[in-house]
Amino acid sequence: MRVAVQSAPFDVGAEVTAFTSGVRGAGAVVSFAGLVRDEGGDLSGMEIEHYPGMTEKAILGIVGQAVDRWSLKDALVIHRHGALKPGEAIMMVATAALHRMDAFAAAEFLMDYLKSRAPFWKREIRAGGDAWVAAKEADEDALKRWE
Amino acid sequence: MIEVLYFAWVRERIGLPREKLETGATTVADLVDELRAREPRYAAAFADISALKVALDQELSSFDAPLAGVREVAFFPPMTGG
Repeated sequence: MRVAVQSAPFDVGAEVTAFTSGVRGAGAVVSFAGLVRDEGGDLSGMEIEHYPGMTEKAILGIVGQAVDRWSLKDALVIHRHGALKPGEAIMMVATAALHRMDAFAAAEFLMDYLKSRAPFWKREIRAGGDAWVAAKEADEDALKRWE
Repeated sequence: MIEVLYFAWVRERIGLPREKLETGATTVADLVDELRAREPRYAAAFADISALKVALDQELSSFDAPLAGVREVAFFPPMTGG
């Protein structure tokens, strides 16, 4: 499994291709990428702060849980920090499992946990000013389905 | 000596990303009380700790957790990754 926390942009397609060709013994690969929205032109960008040191550890812990729970053959998480423009990929996950149900479930689990348990904070840059993105109660509730 | 880190709007309200402190606090809640008493900017940042999270040595923890042996405390708002 691989976890990358980086400021540099990445190519989602190239990452999925490399992940898929590197995995052995899997029957299913699921990938998800989260992009910066433009909110109809109102949002000009995003700044993502993180907690160096804890970020990598927290993500590795979450990935480890997913690998154990769904017997993943491999998993990948890439998450950016710093300045991002609308349309750019903020993050991606990829999971490889024997069957698709496990690969889908593990990818959703990773997304739910990355939202509320990985130490990232998003700040939106808008025409009317900048603002920290508030955590949503729905995101916290989403974790309960995995208990 | 303990290292205290602040992130996102907590960092902005306090006006610095990290500092080293001498503290006699035995729990996170005690440390928060000490910080609040220092200056209004700390009182503002810690006005409502139900809006905050804390990590001890880079693991999520809680405000009633003991500080014995802890080297790094971080305060931040709920995370918004993904």
